[in-house]
Amino acid sequence: MSRLFGFEGVGELLGLPFVQNAFVAAALLGLVAGALAPLVVARGMGFAVHGTAELAFTGGAAALLVGISVSVGAVVGAVVAGLVFGVLGLRQRERDSVIGVVLAFGLGLGVLLLALYQGRASNKFGLLTGSIVSVDSSNIAVLVSVTIVVLAVLAVVYRPLLFASADPDVAVARGVPTRLLSPLFAVLVALTTALAVPIVGAILVLSVTIIPGAAAARVTSNPLAATLLAIGIAELALLGGTFLSLAPGLPISGYVATIAFLAYLVCRLVGRVRGRVRAG
Amino acid sequence: MNNEVMTPTPPAGSAERSSAASSAAPTAPTAAVALRGARVAFGRRVLWEGLDLDVRPGEFLAVLGPNGSGKTTLLRVLLGLQPLDAGEVRIAGEPARRGAGGIGYIPQQKSLPEDMPLRGADLVGLGLDGHRFGPGLRGRADRRRKVAEALEAVGATSYARSPVGRLSGGEQQRLRVAQALVGDPRVLLCDEPLLSLDLARQRTVSRLIDERRRTADSAVVFVTHEINPVLPLVDRVLYLVGGRFRIGTPDEVMTSATLSELYRTDVEVVRVQGRLVVVGAEDQHVHHDALESVT
Repeated sequence: MSRLFGFEGVGELLGLPFVQNAFVAAALLGLVAGALAPLVVARGMGFAVHGTAELAFTGGAAALLVGISVSVGAVVGAVVAGLVFGVLGLRQRERDSVIGVVLAFGLGLGVLLLALYQGRASNKFGLLTGSIVSVDSSNIAVLVSVTIVVLAVLAVVYRPLLFASADPDVAVARGVPTRLLSPLFAVLVALTTALAVPIVGAILVLSVTIIPGAAAARVTSNPLAATLLAIGIAELALLGGTFLSLAPGLPISGYVATIAFLAYLVCRLVGRVRGRVRAG
Repeated sequence: MNNEVMTPTPPAGSAERSSAASSAAPTAPTAAVALRGARVAFGRRVLWEGLDLDVRPGEFLAVLGPNGSGKTTLLRVLLGLQPLDAGEVRIAGEPARRGAGGIGYIPQQKSLPEDMPLRGADLVGLGLDGHRFGPGLRGRADRRRKVAEALEAVGATSYARSPVGRLSGGEQQRLRVAQALVGDPRVLLCDEPLLSLDLARQRTVSRLIDERRRTADSAVVFVTHEINPVLPLVDRVLYLVGGRFRIGTPDEVMTSATLSELYRTDVEVVRVQGRLVVVGAEDQHVHHDALESVT
């Protein structure tokens, strides 16, 4: 237990620039991931997000090998994956198999690329499990711009996207361009995923892009309340996870995933106690 | 008006007909829905052609026919989702286009997923401006008032704040009617809205639709394979079978002679306690309807 939880020297750590960067990165990621999570859940895109994360990992591994920025590699990999999933698999059944095929190939390729990489082992491991050390100030600039872009686009397309996600038949009848929105949303998710990969690791991206949305859906069906609650849960998990990981010096992903999971359990319990999902 | 059974085959005849129609009524500004010489074909299969149809404001048109006869495709044409291969289609005088205003759409009742992240009022609100881009910060009070009125009109105010996935099929379908009416449509397109509802719910929903066309003069195009629940409301019937069609009042169209001609086989139409029973049409659904009506 003492290996897992400790606060020795946390005060000094908080004064370090890279630690502060990590908190800023976590806060930004929580904002975008939480904002997207309810829509990811409503569209049944959990597997797509996982696939996108693995492809971000592949992109990051390739970037590591060639010697360019890992975040650029992750963004490229995730956006390509998101576009492929968004364009090829509009139908649920087909989509799942397309994701499975691309995911398996991408993951295999990523592992091969990592094996070929001769540099520091912690860089390799960081892509899979996440690491706050990976965040430097250039990453912060990328994070800020991607956050702004994703939130701005989301503000414009939110209503038609919600319509198309929750009520597709009527949305099509009312002229919502669902064929356009599907790849667009996949790209938004891909950008968010790419940001999340260096921080929480490719394996645990779902902990911030699915769990907050799934948890919020248990307690409210008010779209705005669900979005705000999902952002709150994502922030709690990411900031809390970052804080708890400081003194033990372990990867933050385990802490983030655990806090998010506990929040999900609490939301389920609240939903159960209320007897039914209520309006917020 | 169109009492002759039309067939897709003779090209000379249909050309003559469409030219006659276009010279007779070039614009017809009063029609809520206007089709002129309309034709839709998928590959070599012609769904229908030479279709001339005016639906007046306040008129209730039932669209009947077996599966695959092009009923839903007709709705897609009116919604601007399916282009015509020939002819033209106008909604309230404007060429039909995707996302046009002035149209309300009621789908068939499908159980909404329990975790659907919407409340009753949200579902209705999407019918008002869900297709518009932008954050929608302006006119929120106006929006709230319109949604509240639509909910009130269908008697759904009590579950405005309930999650839609937890409502019964009948309650969900009331919300669907409110969702279609909230935009104050000139034309109400209904795609089997009574399917899988019990009799009492069928009556409620068709009464709400009827009220709308009486009070607001909206035209109703009502696709169904079972005319009986709406028979008292229907002004005219468009009956589609294998590329042939017939337009007229229920008394004109729903007869043994007319349906036998359309189906090209002996079909008998019997009235039983004010309900129409169609016997002998070679279609699963008509058999099914007949069974439903007898029992």
